[in-house]
Amino acid sequence: MLRTRICNIELRNPTMLAAGVMGSMASSLNRVYRAGAGAVVTKSFSLEPNEGYKNPTTVEVTGGIINAIGLSNPGVEAFKEELRGVDDDVPLIASVYGSSPEEFASVAASVEEYVDMIELNVSCPHAMAGCGASIGQDAGLTFRVVSAVKDAVDVPVSTKLTPNVTDIVEIAKSAEDAGSDALTLINSLGPGMKIDIKTAKPVLSNAFGGMSGPAIKPVAVRCVYDVYRSVEIPLIGAGGVRDFRDAVEFLFAGAVGVQVGTAIMYDGPEIFMRICRGLERFMIEEGFSSVDEMVGLAHEGV
Amino acid sequence: MVNVPEVLEIKGIVEESETVKTFIFDWDLTREIVPGQFVMVWNFSDEKPMSVSLIDHKRSEIGISIRRVGEFTSAVHELEEGDLMGVRGPYGRGFELMGRKLIIVGGGIGMAPLAALAEEAVARGMNVDAVVAARTSDELLFTERLEGAGVNIHTCTDDGTCGFQGFAHERLSEMDGEYDMAAVCGPEPMMFHVKEVLDDRGIPAQFSLERYMKCAVGICGQCCVDGTGWRVCAEGPVLWDHELRVVGEFGRYRRDSAGRRISW
Repeated sequence: MLRTRICNIELRNPTMLAAGVMGSMASSLNRVYRAGAGAVVTKSFSLEPNEGYKNPTTVEVTGGIINAIGLSNPGVEAFKEELRGVDDDVPLIASVYGSSPEEFASVAASVEEYVDMIELNVSCPHAMAGCGASIGQDAGLTFRVVSAVKDAVDVPVSTKLTPNVTDIVEIAKSAEDAGSDALTLINSLGPGMKIDIKTAKPVLSNAFGGMSGPAIKPVAVRCVYDVYRSVEIPLIGAGGVRDFRDAVEFLFAGAVGVQVGTAIMYDGPEIFMRICRGLERFMIEEGFSSVDEMVGLAHEGV
Repeated sequence: MVNVPEVLEIKGIVEESETVKTFIFDWDLTREIVPGQFVMVWNFSDEKPMSVSLIDHKRSEIGISIRRVGEFTSAVHELEEGDLMGVRGPYGRGFELMGRKLIIVGGGIGMAPLAALAEEAVARGMNVDAVVAARTSDELLFTERLEGAGVNIHTCTDDGTCGFQGFAHERLSEMDGEYDMAAVCGPEPMMFHVKEVLDDRGIPAQFSLERYMKCAVGICGQCCVDGTGWRVCAEGPVLWDHELRVVGEFGRYRRDSAGRRISW
């Protein structure tokens, strides 16, 4: 009943592990899949190794966390070893980043044989200059990155967008025009900030970090809803999903699947199973026989 | 909110050895904390995981023992009583006590969580033996404190300055007591050899693992171990012997802040 397809990738259910969470190693990606996720997305990786920021890199705030880990990763060559270690039955999406269209294309091309899909991180709110959201806030740059990657790989490509733009629909359309096969909405919000009031010091070593967790869900649902009306390609919802009700909201707004990240802090990887069981029960009670029937329902009659 | 550093005054500092100091903080011990759990310690420029070495229910205090090894720990060693530090936690799974007779095996700063555990065990009426290992006798940790608590101490050092020259697993091999359980913490190669000895003797054992940690709340994935994908900050840091059997990287390698493998 939960089975679905996203860009012709067969998924046993519409949930996915979000990028940046438990995604650095084959062992943890396999574990999350065994815990119930329909697909897994790796932590974003790049051409060269990157140490990331010093700790503190994560701090809890009301309704979630803010984090600035700084895109740490061992570089694409070392990461290939992890991709090879992911079990064959696991639908695997590689999140990649770079500082230029060429770099994105090169990283994507060198791992496409191991993965089912590439997700472009043009939206990290705490990335170094020239990476992350500084690309995804510029429709022209987004177009060039997506085009370069589409020219370089045959697997489907999803572009993960930042909500921190004046008009997310404009960026979504430029990604679609450049050939993106899907869109992931949204990356973390902000950046936000947490200051310790006893010492007047910012807690994160980077001072600012991306906000994620339940508090950003209304923004994420609105972004999916907005973009759904303007593009033809499938949308993957992300941002604050903690239980099946959240997943249903995203589906009704127009997403074909949902990613889960921060909620693992509260409930562990077993959260995927819980969301799926809840979703299945909801579908039975409400008379839905497939996920597809639910997608975009909030737009009917509006 | 537990996942936010609480800025605390350093209430006391104990010089345990030339390289190790214990920092004492007031702590609300109605919030459960178990020996083997760790906290994230923030000195306002960096933050590192440290195990809790002292849990004093009477005084409502905890102690965190830090060995001077690099930039962060050297900076912390400069601090004085009354200075501030951020502490968040406690995190992870600590040790479980069972049976009547416990042996702890600690190498270097690995004695930190075991000191708290040994005191807890004695308080519960258990009989406790301890193998305390270090490079040289000046670096043997907590021996007086634990002897005072009634723990039977068996020391060993790499250079023989305390009498027994050799590694923890060699010292352990020479002891023929019966034990209901063992608790081990120290450098991973040491724990690997100690595990072999304990496995041979069929003593159920728990081991405290150390991995690079960032978030400490179970999401960043940096501390996940191969074989199982367990998060050392959440499913660990203390793992049972039978659990370690399926952690493929145990005794072989760990990962750095970028996720690159580093052999032990």
